[in-house]
Amino acid sequence: MRTPIVRVESRAVVIERDDIDTDQIIPARFLKGVDRTGLGQALFADWRRNPDGSLRDELPLNRPEAAGCEILVTGRNFGCGSSREHAVWALAEAGFRVVVAASFGDIFRANALKNGLLPVEVSAEQLVELHRLLDDDPARPLTVDLLAGTLTAPGWDVVPFSIDAFSRRMLLEGTDELGHLLALEPAIKAYEARHPAPVTTTRPLGDRAGVS
Amino acid sequence: MPRTIVDKVWDEHLVERGEPGPDVLGIDLHLVHEVTSPQAFEGLRQRGLAVRRPDQTLATVDHSIPTSDRSLPILDDLAAAQVRRLEANCAEFGIPIHGLGSPRQGIVHVIGPELGLTQPGMTIVCGDSHTSTHGALGALAFGIGSTEVEHVLATQCLLQRRPRTFEVRIEGRLRAGVTAKDVILALLSRIGIGGGTGHVFEYTGSLIRSLGVEQRMTICNMSIEGGARAGMVAPDDTTFEYLAGRPHAPAGADWDEAVRRWRGLATDEGAVHDRSISLDVSNLGPMVTYGTNPGMGLEITGRVPEPDRLTEPAQRDAMRAALGYMDLQPGEPLLGHRIDVVFVGSCTNSRLSDLREAAHMIRGRNVAPGVRMLVVPGSSEVKRLAEAEGLDGVFRAAGAEWREAGCSMCIAMNGDELAPGQYAVSTSNRNFEGRQGRGGRTFLASPLTAVAAAVSGRLSDPRALLP
Repeated sequence: MRTPIVRVESRAVVIERDDIDTDQIIPARFLKGVDRTGLGQALFADWRRNPDGSLRDELPLNRPEAAGCEILVTGRNFGCGSSREHAVWALAEAGFRVVVAASFGDIFRANALKNGLLPVEVSAEQLVELHRLLDDDPARPLTVDLLAGTLTAPGWDVVPFSIDAFSRRMLLEGTDELGHLLALEPAIKAYEARHPAPVTTTRPLGDRAGVS
Repeated sequence: MPRTIVDKVWDEHLVERGEPGPDVLGIDLHLVHEVTSPQAFEGLRQRGLAVRRPDQTLATVDHSIPTSDRSLPILDDLAAAQVRRLEANCAEFGIPIHGLGSPRQGIVHVIGPELGLTQPGMTIVCGDSHTSTHGALGALAFGIGSTEVEHVLATQCLLQRRPRTFEVRIEGRLRAGVTAKDVILALLSRIGIGGGTGHVFEYTGSLIRSLGVEQRMTICNMSIEGGARAGMVAPDDTTFEYLAGRPHAPAGADWDEAVRRWRGLATDEGAVHDRSISLDVSNLGPMVTYGTNPGMGLEITGRVPEPDRLTEPAQRDAMRAALGYMDLQPGEPLLGHRIDVVFVGSCTNSRLSDLREAAHMIRGRNVAPGVRMLVVPGSSEVKRLAEAEGLDGVFRAAGAEWREAGCSMCIAMNGDELAPGQYAVSTSNRNFEGRQGRGGRTFLASPLTAVAAAVSGRLSDPRALLP
């Protein structure tokens, strides 16, 4: 059971860039751990810090106002590339509960939904408007209402976003999919009976013929 | 109703149709490696769950392991601990593993097909986005996150929405010096890095039919670079020839029965894909990327594009940022650009046919002074076979490093990495900022183009080196 998401009201951190890949969200050298924790400090590590380790002040994420922000507003195709769930763990540990983008990488979106991080997809035009709005007033709070399926800000439209009913329920209840899958035991047994595994063992076998 | 190959494999693996939720999909083969699995095993322990089908699960080490002398201990404590953790998890949960000492250790996407575990019509997953590689044999194979790894370990099932399908028809014949890698880079430069999001690619057309299975793997491998989680090629005689006699392939009467079944997987006449694109590659030249995503590519004879010509502000900014990171000037020719490192390897281009091509071109030539060239076989078996035909000697004689199998400089977790500012020509799949080492700059290209760069120390057209 994790904290359910119903409504998030927060100022936003903006990274106005398309195609942010998961190697940027968390570089591979931080993937040598064996836990889901300790990754928040490595979020966008190579963008946040100079090679000497000092912070790059010009990055919005590094500004004092970014502290406590729960919403990240970015560009198109956020989270493309590597399947590393570490990208989602890092965002969540850094305090983000919502990412607003014009689209998401498929694997990132699936990973986010399983960790209580809500991917909010809006049209490219709406995103341009939102960036303009936040340019004018970076302190303007955004409200994401999962129950209503809307994103709003003072002085802006109420923008509906869509999320499939199943994922929405999981997020609202804070439940996870594994419990759902485990409850399907009879169906899985029946499937296994009608669908014999094509490969009956993965244990090492001798080569039957020379392979070239 | 006529069905695509994607629909056929999907329908065959439906545990339960989810209306209106996601379907429950049965998984035939689950490949596991050291980086994305420890959290999943820990999840099982916390819930007191077993691995449901260890007989359909296989582990190996590839991402964080050194590619230097295997008789020495792993110097990186974190990587060593990760490898030990995988070994312990496999022992605890009864999962077969090809560990560091195994003659069958290698990159997950190289060993699956090599062992004959990857077969047409199967569903295959792995906590790695390049699982799309296995689609070259007609499997539906895609990358998943660690939470999904846990789901598959516990139930051998996944909750998934049926993907849309995207036919990528590739016609024509390749000219000498042009390879499957150039074809996929050309496709990506057309559709962009997000062009296939939400879809599975089915590669069709005369060019695809003319390619060997290893070349098809190079293409399917980079489907994810177009945003598609999977890419598939309908199995044909080329596929069956590749599979016959592999350790885990069916044999005897089972083989005949399997081939009969596999022949039925091809997309039916009249089946409709959600999207399609057609490419003729007859006039294609060698490709190279100039930017910081794999969709930013062009023929090596081209010039660095001018961001100012792009009309969409976001795209213009993205290209400016990319050229800034790469320190390239708009309009500058790519040919002749200096390079520091050449990497031949990765799940994209590290199989025996790739190494043969590269060795054939470098034979009798030398790596240019000041250039470091690494050749990293995709698996210990590829390494053994390459050495049996003397390819290691060819690379060494040219001045290249011949290393042990692993992901190596593709992901740069294991110490094989670029120094800040260095330029690499790499046969891998991603040129993202810092991918091959912080501050490093990557030109993605084919093994032939990589060799041409290695011997000249500059981006060069491999066609000039053809006999």
